[in-house]
Order: sequence, then C-alpha cells, then structure tokens
Amino acid sequence: MTAQSTSQSTSLSMAAALNRAMADALAEDPTVLVFGEDVGALGGVFRVTDGLEARFGSHRVFDTPLAESGIVGTAIGMAMNGLRPVVEMQFDAFAYPAFEQITSHLAKLRNRTRGRIGLPVVIRVPYGGGIGGVEHHCDSSEAYYTHTPGLTVVTPGTPDDAYRLLRDAIASPDPVIFLEPKRRYWSKGEVTFEGSTPMDRAVIRRPGRDVTVIAYGPMVATALETAEAATEEGWDVEVVDLRSLAPFDDETVCASVRRTGRAVVVHEASGFGGYGAEVAARVTERCFHHLHAPVLRVTGWDIPYPPPKLEEHHLPNVDRILDTIARLQWDDEVVGVRGA
Amino acid sequence: MVPTRELLPTAEPLSLLRKDGSPVEDSPLAMPDDDVLLELHRRMVVGRRFDTQATALTKQGRLAVYPSSRGQEACEVGAVLALREQDWLFPTYRDCVALVTRGVDSAETLTLLQGGWHLGYDPYVHRVGPQCTPLATNTLHAVGFAHAARLKGEDTAALVLVGDGATSEGDTHEALNFAGVWKAPVVFLVQNNGYAISVPMSKQNAAPSLAHKGIGYGVPSVLVDGNDVAAVYAVVKEAVEAGGPTLIEALTYRIEAHTNADDATRYRTSDEVAAWLDRDPVDRIEAYLTARGLLTPERRAAVAAEAEEFAAGVRAALNTDHEHDPMSLFEHVYATPTRHLREQAALLAEELA
Ligand SMILES: Cc1ncc(C[n+]2csc(CCOP(=O)(O)OP(=O)(O)O)c2C)c(N)n1
Repeated sequence: MTAQSTSQSTSLSMAAALNRAMADALAEDPTVLVFGEDVGALGGVFRVTDGLEARFGSHRVFDTPLAESGIVGTAIGMAMNGLRPVVEMQFDAFAYPAFEQITSHLAKLRNRTRGRIGLPVVIRVPYGGGIGGVEHHCDSSEAYYTHTPGLTVVTPGTPDDAYRLLRDAIASPDPVIFLEPKRRYWSKGEVTFEGSTPMDRAVIRRPGRDVTVIAYGPMVATALETAEAATEEGWDVEVVDLRSLAPFDDETVCASVRRTGRAVVVHEASGFGGYGAEVAARVTERCFHHLHAPVLRVTGWDIPYPPPKLEEHHLPNVDRILDTIARLQWDDEVVGVRGA
Repeated sequence: MVPTRELLPTAEPLSLLRKDGSPVEDSPLAMPDDDVLLELHRRMVVGRRFDTQATALTKQGRLAVYPSSRGQEACEVGAVLALREQDWLFPTYRDCVALVTRGVDSAETLTLLQGGWHLGYDPYVHRVGPQCTPLATNTLHAVGFAHAARLKGEDTAALVLVGDGATSEGDTHEALNFAGVWKAPVVFLVQNNGYAISVPMSKQNAAPSLAHKGIGYGVPSVLVDGNDVAAVYAVVKEAVEAGGPTLIEALTYRIEAHTNADDATRYRTSDEVAAWLDRDPVDRIEAYLTARGLLTPERRAAVAAEAEEFAAGVRAALNTDHEHDPMSLFEHVYATPTRHLREQAALLAEELA
C-alpha cells in the first residue's frame, strides 16, 4: 500500500483527491487552467471540479462551448502559448470528437517540431462502467490512446494515486491522457499529498507468492478483492497496479511475474486488440522461462458496452478472475484457451 | 477607433484595384501607403518566383510534392504583411509563400515537402505555427493561442489560413464559435481558390458566400477580392486592429493543379483557367504602381533580379544532400525518451552498426 499515515494524510474520496490536486496546481502555478463542459459553476457532472471556479476565478476555471475537438484544439493553442491546460472530457465516449486533435496534433507536435513545441496538456477522461450508465457513458477507451506514440496514459486505482498522478500529470512537459475510473470516484482512502512512486512506475498493491494479477484503474479494487477470496483456495495472489499504461513498467511487472511464475491481466475493455494483449505479449517475451502457464486475460467481452441491466455479465469480477487463476496449470493440466 | 463591424459581408467583394489596375474610387477600404504597396509588389514577385522554383524542384525529384499557390499571391503576401511583429500565423500546406514572406528560411520552409523531417523551422522564431495538413485543425490552435495571449494580457492576434474545402470541416465551425464566444483576436482568412482538390464550390457550400458563415457565430465577416493585394492587406490589417475575431473570404483561384501530382484537366476547363490568368494579382498591382509612376523600370528590374537571386538560393539549398540521422527518430517523441524508446533506439543502432 502506498497510503501511509503521516501527519498530513487525510481520508478522501477519489473525486475529492482529484479536486485537491487541481486546486493545489492552480494555486502553485499561475499558468495552469481548468476548462471543459460544465466544469465551472456546476463543478462537473461528477463534481470533480467543484468550487474551483469560485476560488480561482472564471479566467482560470471556465465552461467552454460544447465541442470536444474545440476544447482539445484550443488547449493545444494555449499550450503553444505557454499555458498548462487541464481539460475535462465529460465521459469516455464523448472524447471521440477530439480524437483527431489528440492523435494528429497533441501526440505529435513535439516530434514534428523536433522538440520546439512541447504541449503540457492534461486531458481528464472519466472512463469505464459499473455505474449503471446508459449507452456511450461506460467505454474503456485506453487502447486508443496507448496505441498513440507521444501520449502518456495514466490511471489511478486509489485516491492517493489520484492526487499524486494528477499533480505529476499537470507538471509533465508532455500531454497526458488521465483516465479516471468513474466507478471509484466515491471510494475513500488515505491521501498523503507527498511525492511517492514516479508517475511511470507500477506498484505492488499486495504481495503474494503464487500468481501475479496485473490490473489498473477500476480493476485494482476488484483484483484486491480477488486476492482476499483466493486465500480460501490456497493461492497467494500478488496484485500489481500499473498506474501508468504508457509508458508500461516492464521492470516492476516482469520482476513480479518472474517471482510468481504465473500472470493474469485484468481489464474492463474488450479483450481483442486490447491493452491486455500488449501486457501478455510483453510479459511472455521477457519471462517465458519463468512461466508455468500462459499469461491469461480477463476482460470484457468483444461487444459494444452493454445496457445497465446486463453490464454485470460483461465486467470482469472476482469469480471470473478466480476461475482464470484456476486454469493456470496448477497440476500439470494443459491450459486450454476456451473457444476454437 | 473601429466603427461597428458588420456581421454580414457585402454582396460584392470589397476591392481597391480593378482587374486592369485602375483604382476603385468609392471603396470603403483605405488604400495602403505607397511604400507598403511597393513592398507588397516586391514580395509577390519574389513569392511567385519561389513558387515556380519549388514546382520545378518536384520535376527534378528534389521535392516529394509541392502544392502551388500560384494565383493566390495577393492573399499569401497581403495577409502576412498586414500582421504586426508580435502576431502569429497559422498556415496550411498551401502557404509556403506566406511563410517565406514572413521571413522563414526558404529551405526550412520546404523541409516538410523535401521529406527530411515533418517541419524545418522553429515556430517561435518568426511566430509561425507548423504548416497544417489535417484540414481546419489549425483554426482551433489559432483560437487557443490568441485566447491565451488575452489571458496573459498580451496584445497578440492570430491569423489562420484555411481553404474553401476546409470550411466544411467541423473544426472550422467549432473555432468560429469559440472565437465568437471568447471574442478572441483571430483573423480567419479563407482563400477560396475555387476547388478542394477536384471538388468545386458548388458541391461544398449552399450559403450565399463562405463569409456568410460568420453571422451564425457572431463573427464579423468580410468578402474581399483575393486577387487585389491592396484590398487583402487593408481588410486583414483592419481585422487585426479590431481586436476580436473576423472571418474573411478572399475570392481567388488556384492556377496550378492541387499539387504537381494532380491532373486538373479532369475537373476544370482551360477556358476557366485562362479567365483567371487574365485577373492576375501581380499584373494588377504592377499596372497600378506603373501608372502612378511608383514602379519605375529600374525598380522593376531590381525586384526581378532579387527574385532570381532568391530562386538561386532555393536551388542551391535544395540541391545539397543532407544526412538524416536515423537515431533522431526517437529523440523528440517525449521530452525525455522513455525506457521503452531507449530500448528501441538501441535495437536500431545495432541494426545500423
Ligand atoms: C481532415 C482532412 N481530410 C482530407 C484531407 C486530404 N486533402 C488534402 S488537401 C484537400 C483539399 C483541401 O481543399 P481546400 O481546403 O479548399 O484547400 P486548398 O488545397 O484548395 O488550398 C484534401 C481533401 C486532409 N488533408 N485532411
């Protein structure tokens, strides 16, 4: 656990920790701006920017016209002119209108200009399901971003990381896609406000000897629950929280897998062509001779995100992760991939 | 101060010079000073020579491709010279003449098209954003840049260049709307050169003019004769001084094909091209300045000689082979190369060893 009790630590929800991170950044650095749809008076549909406009003024924290390409495109222009925009996309699937600005410019301008234009822009995206949201409100869009060189992609699993990672993202000289697991917005945890693990490093949330479960964002809590349940089956599960999806921390992940000899990658997004495929490939390439079983994935099905009353059948849960751990060749039984 | 600015453009394009170079007596625009007019002429002649030189270099394989702006010099030069030093230009692939007019080194201007890198110049030196290829995306960069200047208390305007086709892209409309709401000091100059590659205006737009689109966003709009350099200069200057957003549609024509790789005979007639050659923007300002006795034979010859010298410089720079360091591929993807990219750079270095 990274959350330690220090004199400064406080118990906060993830949403409140993110709010504090923006408030502290706005207070410390006059070039930081926060803008997007409904982020001003309303404080965002999830209230993550609550109170910031009142405290810092509408020249620093403001509502924009309702246009995502416009938000990201103007943020690029502002960053070219020395400011540090932190913009909010209201929901995962509503960031898609900004895709061209993100992939063609935000990700590429530093490279295109040989380092002359750096774009310190943070794009906050509430993502993922589990909140009973209707269509277009529950996508896990991380693979679109991690597949784009030039972007840094991070996602917190705890309130403490939410604070720290957002501060680091705002301080980064490069554009950061900051994915906020919306189903964990209201989960509380200790927040220390102090520098800890660097933004590009994974952390071991729970040590274990038998199998490494690799998770991030909303699935970190699910992986930890699974680890508790697994003790009944006699498995000692190690949980790695990636935190940074791009860059990927091969070192921490592979060191864990070499110790345990088994690995399962968990995410909400569809599996095919998904982020877990990259993790499985990298771990296999680097740890092959330490593996007792193939690296398996537990992901959402390869379907458009389901309606609220069916989402429980889509999202990875403790049982599905335990079933997958059970298939990791514990008694020399050959692991079968289900299906053809 | 600036009078109340109209949201709707005039029915007829504003102009200062007729096609034959005679002045328009009752124009609402202010005729630029004589020294400005001479400078506009000089830069147009040099710009055109640069353009024909660049097209020639495609034939010799020295440029991968070149989108000519022949016929559009009044827009490229008039707009850029109307900017103040502190203002920024956000150009497209079509606007190399605007870049060299702004002072960007000609070889650095052509780096993108020559293929050595995606951009050759430092945007901060001459206050010129990277030439933009994804259509209309630069409009939003200009709005963000200008709005940031406002927030910082700086008096900086942004001039963004777009084509007629690019006005159909969503980003143009988002940018006009943002600029209207924020009252950002941005001049949108649409060079309506008649075609988006092969697609004519009739298939692009149903409004009375492209300038009419400003009214829906509360952005004052101007329709101007884009082959009249004095008029383009006057309207851009006025727009910059006005401080808020302005949409300007300049009516002009692309004399060459879309690029050297395009075959324009498939979609337009030579009669149409001939009619526009008759409205040539360089001839027009030359006729006016000659009639006024400002453009003497000596000055004319000196400008022509300067243009030749400029072209020779372009040839010399482009005919030199440069080394392209493969290891530079990894250098600027991030401010500090990631572990992952350092590993890949090492693999490429091994391949090259
Ligand atoms: C988003 C996008 N779609 C398509 C293209 C391919 N393309 C390049 S130039 C062009 C025509 C643009 O016409 P216009 O905006 O009128 O500018 P012009 O080339 O005439 O200067 C097209 C379709 C592109 N560059 N970007």
